[in-house]
Formats: sequence, C-alpha cells, structure tokens
Amino acid sequence: LSRIGDELYLEPTEKGLSLRAVNSSRSAFASFLFAPLFFQLYEPGGPAPDTDYFRCKVHMKSFLGVFRSLPTLEKSVGKCLILLKPRTSRLVLQLHCKYGVTKTHNLAFQECERLQAVFDTQRCSNCLCAPARVLADAVVHFPPTLAEVTLGAGPGGKISLRNYVEDEAEPSKTMVTELWLAEDEFQSVTVSPGSSITFCLKEFRGLLTFAEASNLLLTIHFDEPGRPVVFTLDDTVLEVHLVLATLSDLESSSLPPTTNGVSHLPTPADDLADDLESYMVALETSTCGGASGGPPSPTFPLRAPRSDPEEQEDEEDEDGAVPGTPPHKKFRSLFFGSVLTPGRPGLAPTQEVLAEDSDGEC
Amino acid sequence: MRFRAKIVDLACLNNFSRVINTIAKLAKTCTLRLTVCKLYFILSDKVANGGASMWCELCQGNFFDEFQMEGVAAEHNEIYLELMPENLSRALKTAHSAKAVKIKLTNKHCPCLRVAVELPSLSSSSRIVTHDIPVGVIPRRIWNDFREPTVPDFDVSIYLPVLKIMKSVVERMKNLSNFIVIEANLSGEMNLKIETDLASVTTHFKDLGNPPWEDECQSSAQGRDLESMAEARIDIKKLQQLLAGQQVNPTKALCNIVSKRIVHFILLHEDVSLQYFIPALS
Repeated sequence: LSRIGDELYLEPTEKGLSLRAVNSSRSAFASFLFAPLFFQLYEPGGPAPDTDYFRCKVHMKSFLGVFRSLPTLEKSVGKCLILLKPRTSRLVLQLHCKYGVTKTHNLAFQECERLQAVFDTQRCSNCLCAPARVLADAVVHFPPTLAEVTLGAGPGGKISLRNYVEDEAEPSKTMVTELWLAEDEFQSVTVSPGSSITFCLKEFRGLLTFAEASNLLLTIHFDEPGRPVVFTLDDTVLEVHLVLATLSDLESSSLPPTTNGVSHLPTPADDLADDLESYMVALETSTCGGASGGPPSPTFPLRAPRSDPEEQEDEEDEDGAVPGTPPHKKFRSLFFGSVLTPGRPGLAPTQEVLAEDSDGEC
Repeated sequence: MRFRAKIVDLACLNNFSRVINTIAKLAKTCTLRLTVCKLYFILSDKVANGGASMWCELCQGNFFDEFQMEGVAAEHNEIYLELMPENLSRALKTAHSAKAVKIKLTNKHCPCLRVAVELPSLSSSSRIVTHDIPVGVIPRRIWNDFREPTVPDFDVSIYLPVLKIMKSVVERMKNLSNFIVIEANLSGEMNLKIETDLASVTTHFKDLGNPPWEDECQSSAQGRDLESMAEARIDIKKLQQLLAGQQVNPTKALCNIVSKRIVHFILLHEDVSLQYFIPALS
C-alpha cells in the first residue's frame, strides 16, 4: 500500500477491516480487506447503534514506522491491538511484546469519507488467472525503472508482456523487451485475441511481491484500453484488489506499427527479416555524411490520441473535483464512488456522473 | 549482411555477460565489430569520451556454440555496429538459468540485435524473452576510424597491483580529488598520488615487476634509468570505472606509461583481452 499512496485509509466494516490507499493522480487504488476471522478479536463499531463505522486515514510512514523491522517483530511481539479513539483523535497501535513490555503508539488521524474506486469486474470482458509466481517471474525481465508495461493477448492463446515505449521516445533508440506466457501457465484464460492494456509496473510489482510471498492466485480483469485493470487476490481471510488506470490510446498498443501499410499481430516465431542486404545497399549508396548517415529507419506512424467522447464527460467531472495533481500522462483517473453508495468493491453504480470523495469535509 | 549466434553453455553465457558488464561500465555507446573469428568492442578516442579509448577482443569460439556471420561484402567480411552495451547487459542480466541465448541481427523496423533468451518454464513450452536492441550500422567508408590502436612508445611498462586493492585505493581517492597521478619505474615501483589544497595522499606499491617486451617496443624504455619515474595525471573517474568493471581477476594486468601523455592499460583474461587508453591531462 505504501507503494501507492502516502496515506493509509482504515475502514472497518462488518465484513472486516479494509485498508486502502490511492495515489495522488488517482490512477492507482488498492484495498486489502481482512475478514473478522483474520483477527483474534474484531469489533468494528462503537457502542452507539445506527452510526456509520468510523473511518480515518493516517500517514503511511507513521503507520509503517510502528512495524518497522518485521524479523524483530516476529520474534518479540505476541499481540497487536489496533484501537480507534475518536474522542481523543488517536489511532492506538499497541504491541504486546515479550517480557511484559508493551509498546503503545498513538497516531494522529484525519476523519475521512469512504475511499472507493468504481470498478466492476463483471463488466470486464477479459480475465486471466495464474499463480502470482508466474507473473513475478515474467516481470523480472523488465528493468526496475520501467514505468509502463503492455499486457496483450496474442495468437495461439499466448499472453504477451512488453515494455511500453512512449510515442515521443525515438523508436530507433529504445530497447524493446517482450515475452510470451503460454496458456497452460495460467489457471484460466478468457481473453479476446488482440486485446491489450498498458499500465504502470510499479504498483503491479508491489502486489506481485505480496502475492508471491503469500503464495496466492492472481486474477487479472481487464476490458478495453482506458478502462481500469483490476487485479485481485483471494484468500479465506483476505481479499485484495488493486485497480490501475490503463492507457487509453485509441490505437491498441498490441499491434506493432505498420510496415508497408500492412499491420499484423506480433508472433513469437523468429521468422524475421535477418537479411540487411537492401538496407546496406541503401546505406552504401546514400550521399548523406556522418557515421549513421543513410536512409532513415522506417518510423513508427505517430498517432495522436484522441479522447474518447464517452470518457470525456466523466473526466471533466473528475478534473473539476480532483484537487490533486493532474493524471499522469494519458492515464485517466479512476472513477471514485460517491459518498452515498454503500457496498463492497465490485458493486459499481452506473457510469454516470460520480462525485469525487471529499476528504476531511464533514 | 547477416549475423546469428547462439550460446548454450551456462559458463560461457556467464562469462560473456561479465565481459559485457565490463564494457558497459566503460562506454555508454561503443562499436561492435564482428568478424568470422572474433568480436571486438571498440571505443575510439573522441572528445565526447574524454579522450579515452578502448579495444576489447574476444574469440567467438570461446563463447558461442554457433556463430554465423556474413559481412557487407565478400572482400570485407565484417560487420560494424554501433550500440549501447548497457542494453546488452540488461538483456543478459536475467538469463542466468537460460537453456540457450540466441543473438541475431534483424531489421524489423530498424536494425536491431535481437537477443532471445530461452528459459525453462513449468509449461510445456519454454519461456522465451526477446530483447530488441537498436543498433546503428556503420558504413564501410568509416571503418578506418576503428582500427586497432598501436602500443604506444612507452617510457615504463609495469604490472598492476592486485586490482581489488588498487580499486579500493582509487575509490577512496576519488572522494578527494578529480585527478590522480600514476607514476611508475622500471624497478617495479608504482605510486598513486592525489593532491588537494589541504592534503596530498600517496599510495606506494613495490615489487610489482615489469613485463618483458620485445626489443622493438622498448625504444623509449631502453637505457632508461631504472629508478626514474614516468608519470601521467589522469581523470580519476576513468580509472575508477576501469577498475570497478573488473568482476574477475585478470590473468595479466599491466600498464604502459608515456610520460605526461597517455596511460595504456592491458588486461588479459583467458579468452578476452581489454586495452584501455586514458590520456594525460596537464
């Protein structure tokens, strides 16, 4: 969660304690729902009936600071008590350690409204399910600094992962890494061929690290480019959702740039032109000077992304309400649920005008 | 013009990766020259490199299980490519457990070296990761810019101290100064010196030994007073990069000093030779 945002949202519900985070550009959202059974004791509400459960947010760093060294904690801490004290405005984290030592941390919090990204996995036409390890092994081939990755469905049921190269970057200077995952590496694959999405790798890597450590199955739900991709992990006592905005170029980035006007789906076979004769002839006979003089390499046809009319209306509302930084590049902000919609993630209201959650305004 | 090569042996692959990692530390962009028997990584002494130049030579047979090359023309059966060795280094980084690595020159959208790493996977087919590294094809008319440098007419030739020690000395000196003076004599003594406003630091090495060269190369060194030091003041970063890039101890490591002109380093491994020239600054 700390890889996503600077604030940790705590939302107790009858279904369990939900920890959530969102990034400043509203293009990444994650929630971890711990069922009551996960805890030795779970009391979500105060004594007064008919009141909404108390929600708050704290600084991520303060919260993490309490659990700083995991190996030490595992050795010395017996129990951990998390207590919300609205009247004193403190979130109490109490660690009961060995030898009768009790460490109590009082964190200041801010009351907040419900943080809920709007998404509906039912509406996603594509779904992949695999052990997290498969994807973690795949993602390791991309440099740690890579920003975005494109996931696509190729021919033969293969799933591809490729680093995303921005339009502005020179294609003849950027290294492209691509790998293919066979259908039988997944537990289930339901995708339409040629579909693809591009999303940020950083948050995804964070989720993979968690999932791999817990040995969980990862499910990926996605739709068209521009609509958010939802990653879920399911366990008996834990439900995790990571929602990332995807790049909404009208031209899907799964298709390689056209060469000679003919575009074809990428194939994993290596039947590529490895004969540079014609290129060399052109190079030798060109009259341009300089070391790399010669015929310019075929360039990628540049396509200016046009905004999707359906999205525009919603985005305007988003922009109007979002106090934070504008969306990163062409990633659309995720839709965030209005205060009035109760219910768990997954039950999305209609896609019409949605009010931004208003932090701290009571 | 074609190039296809394959490495199947893991030890060879790791060895090749190490060479590439070393080159990547020395040059952001360099020239790869391919011939039937050898690969060369060349950095010519342009101003942009700070005047440093590099010549690294490998016998392809020591690394590749398959190696097919067709040059630009029959009488010029060679290929010269410009590339960023860091890309190659990254492509090989996660190939530790690879079943095979294939490298091929392709021209899909622009000339690229396609590195295909075949990894074992739990599924029925192997996992294949491809990296398309963009390269520039260097036309024949400027191949002359990349000729093998000659051994300079040096004043002193001396074996280097244990590289690990030399590296840690230079790294600490780098914190204090941007320039370092290397001086050595024909009695096996070498000093590394730096000087700042507040302090001067010298590390002395002795009993290093002086390599025997054939008579013709020793013209400046012949008849030279054994105790007299030849020195050159060079950019400390360049020296540090050279030393930091050595992941394995070379079989032979020596340097030739042309007083106040240039320092020529030669690092020899079993199957790779690396020459690095650092010009002296005034």
